[in-house]
Amino acid sequence: MSEALSGLLAGSLFGFGLAISGMIDPGEVLGFLDWSGNWRPALMGVLGGAVVLSLVGFQLAPRMQRPWFKPAFPDLPKKAIDRPLIVGGVLFGLGWGLAGYCPAPALAGLALGNGEVPIFLAAMVAGGWLQGRWARHKAAGPCG
Amino acid sequence: MIEHALPAWMTLQIVGIPTAALIGGVLIGAAAVVLYLSIGRIAGVSGIFFGALNEGGLWRWLFLAGVIGGAWGAVRLWPSLDTLSRPQLGVGWLIVAGLLVGWGTRLGSGCTSGHGVCGLGRLAPRSAVAVLAFMGAGVLTASLFRHWLGVPA
Repeated sequence: MSEALSGLLAGSLFGFGLAISGMIDPGEVLGFLDWSGNWRPALMGVLGGAVVLSLVGFQLAPRMQRPWFKPAFPDLPKKAIDRPLIVGGVLFGLGWGLAGYCPAPALAGLALGNGEVPIFLAAMVAGGWLQGRWARHKAAGPCG
Repeated sequence: MIEHALPAWMTLQIVGIPTAALIGGVLIGAAAVVLYLSIGRIAGVSGIFFGALNEGGLWRWLFLAGVIGGAWGAVRLWPSLDTLSRPQLGVGWLIVAGLLVGWGTRLGSGCTSGHGVCGLGRLAPRSAVAVLAFMGAGVLTASLFRHWLGVPA
């Protein structure tokens, strides 16, 4: 129960902050990513403000024995910097720079009257699903 | 935008950055901290989104509902937050962009929130590399490819 409520509280705070930040407008996101003309730095302020808070917050965790509602903090896997990380980041960036949507603003966009959002989200679900299928196919063997 | 102007505390700029962006960012960071300190979960929206679809979990669905509900509440308070300041995109471009974002965030295990907000805050080198990859590709796409391809801008 407290796990579910923590999710709801964090999500609501996240969505409220995201909307206030102006980042639910993909034009504002592209204003930051497009350096060819009228550059707009707002996204840098959003990410900067968020990282300052999370820097402080994540340093608090080691001083706590355990999370408030869980027996222990997870052992976050220390994975290597590998090809999928970089290729995935680049592919995500290509899509992000094209339309100006990353997953959170696209999801929050469902609260708006913007007709682009359901189409983008459906394609995002399909992209994630195809990636999962492709990964399983690859894991099955070289000729699988 | 002109009909319902945003309050001055939101639009006031500090070195070209609206205070609303800073305040919104701080709230997003606070949300990430709350989720980690309360239940030890990373507030990465792509991870939670695909996690909810694949594994379920009430906290995941409620987080996602909260993101939509929180944005809805803010837009109710300040209707002019609901703007689209770039030309509308055709269905084809939206599908291409969505497929890339879905495939890329799953392959790269995270997006702007998971690698950006949380990963950088945790000082994770892996996330710093991911941020460079998607920021770099995002800037190149928006500044060059988008114009070459003739995407409405």
